[in-house]
Amino acid sequence: MYGKGLKPLSIAAVAMLALSLSLVFFYAPLDGDQGFIQKIFYVHVPLAITALIGFVAGGVFAILHLRSNDRKWDAYSYVAIHISVIFGVAVLITGAIWAKASWGHWWVWDEPTLVSFLIVFLLYATYYPFRYAIEDRDRQARYASVFAVTAGAFVPLNFMAVRMAESLVHPRTFATAEGGMPGEMMLTFLCSLVAMGLLWTTLVKFELTAKSASGQVKRLRRALDAPVGGGSSRIAPEVS
Amino acid sequence: MTPSRTAFAAILAKDLRSELRTLQSLPAMALFAVTTFVVFRFGLDRTSLSGSLASGVLWATLLFAAVLGINRLFVSEREEGGFDAIRLAPIDRTVLFAAKATALVVYLAALELVTVPIFAIFFLEDAAGLGPLVAVLLLTNVGLAATGTLISSMAVNSRARDLLVPLVLLPLSIPLMIAATGATEPLLSLGGPSYDRFDTWLMVLGLYDLIFGLVGYAVFDFLLED
Amino acid sequence: MEFLLAAPALPLDEAGKYVAGAYVVFVVLLVVYVAIMAAKLQRIERDLREVAAIAEERKDEKREEVSA
Repeated sequence: MYGKGLKPLSIAAVAMLALSLSLVFFYAPLDGDQGFIQKIFYVHVPLAITALIGFVAGGVFAILHLRSNDRKWDAYSYVAIHISVIFGVAVLITGAIWAKASWGHWWVWDEPTLVSFLIVFLLYATYYPFRYAIEDRDRQARYASVFAVTAGAFVPLNFMAVRMAESLVHPRTFATAEGGMPGEMMLTFLCSLVAMGLLWTTLVKFELTAKSASGQVKRLRRALDAPVGGGSSRIAPEVS
Repeated sequence: MTPSRTAFAAILAKDLRSELRTLQSLPAMALFAVTTFVVFRFGLDRTSLSGSLASGVLWATLLFAAVLGINRLFVSEREEGGFDAIRLAPIDRTVLFAAKATALVVYLAALELVTVPIFAIFFLEDAAGLGPLVAVLLLTNVGLAATGTLISSMAVNSRARDLLVPLVLLPLSIPLMIAATGATEPLLSLGGPSYDRFDTWLMVLGLYDLIFGLVGYAVFDFLLED
Repeated sequence: MEFLLAAPALPLDEAGKYVAGAYVVFVVLLVVYVAIMAAKLQRIERDLREVAAIAEERKDEKREEVSA
């Protein structure tokens, strides 16, 4: 039962989001360097951290799929990666907005974290055409899991490599804020992080429940020997 | 149970032999690389390169040539039904991974043996940096081979095989390229080679090779199940 | 490209637009996702309706068979 616990989870997510937004705008102090612009970080960074953990989770689910051969783990892996990619879009757009506000350019190559994230995003974006190109469902699920494991191993390595490519000792604005982050900012940041984590989990559960419901309908159809409707996705794994 | 080493040697020998016989991808890869150098000469409007430009041109070209050639690795295997034979044989599937990856390292080394001297002739003022470059080339080859073997052995069973390998392999190779160019840039600098962070970059390459070698080793079994 | 060592603090009305923009992007993406899921839910409802109709038909057919 995928929907079990979805309601309390979503309530918790909403509550946490409301709390963090309030903290961001009514409680957290203004940053000395960046001023009001710094507030973007409370949405940008938690989204990024959650997305990255989500990608790694997708890899973990993939390992479980490969070892157990239970298709449900493939569904978990797919949805985890899918939601994280959507979060990734938000990370990149909010990152660009922050860059424009801070540096006057929509993109800067000087922020290693943002650049690393772009590379990771580009890799996971290939997950969809990759799945699409493999027609046999069993093989598709297996290969997708191999992809997810490989990509999951890639994430930390990539961040390390990009960070090392930073030649200038460039005072990264978030680092300056992070280094001497006052308690109020840290609290706000942590609340935002928890909120995004809850949101991610809620959306993953939501998506899995929807898939499960579709799967149950198909199951009903088959039990009644009724024609199975068209419109089943070539890539999204079925849940039943 | 056939000892793994014999199986490894056999598959490796078969691969290299078939490559020599058909002479398929290696000359094509080399030609592609050299032509790309010419394109860069005009694209950048430079007749000599050093430092970061030299490093970038060399590695971008090698990467694209490699990605083009990697596809060929499993093509003949599939066409000749080699996969089925291996599946039936009582050997550890990961031996296939090791053999394929090693063959790919050899191909890449052969490619570099041809193209790097030509690159030096075309663009470099002095060849002093080429010696230590060998270490960088070798470590990068291993990394490319590990991920390349992994991706191409999946792509061979797909519809858009020729598109899939470059698409997925390129982002995966970025850390390799970062480290390789990072090490190469000081080697090819105007005043003679310098070894700024050379050992650090080599370690990054080694780490990449280790991680993806292990990943390939761990998951390859699952790719041949059918 | 000249970058200042510390990012310039834009005036509040300027900065406000960017911050608002970032949060708007977040909300919009979230709502778009909800909309897509809503479409899926609609399809599930339609499918269930169909299946329920089929099941009822079968039940009627069976009853006719039994009584005949």
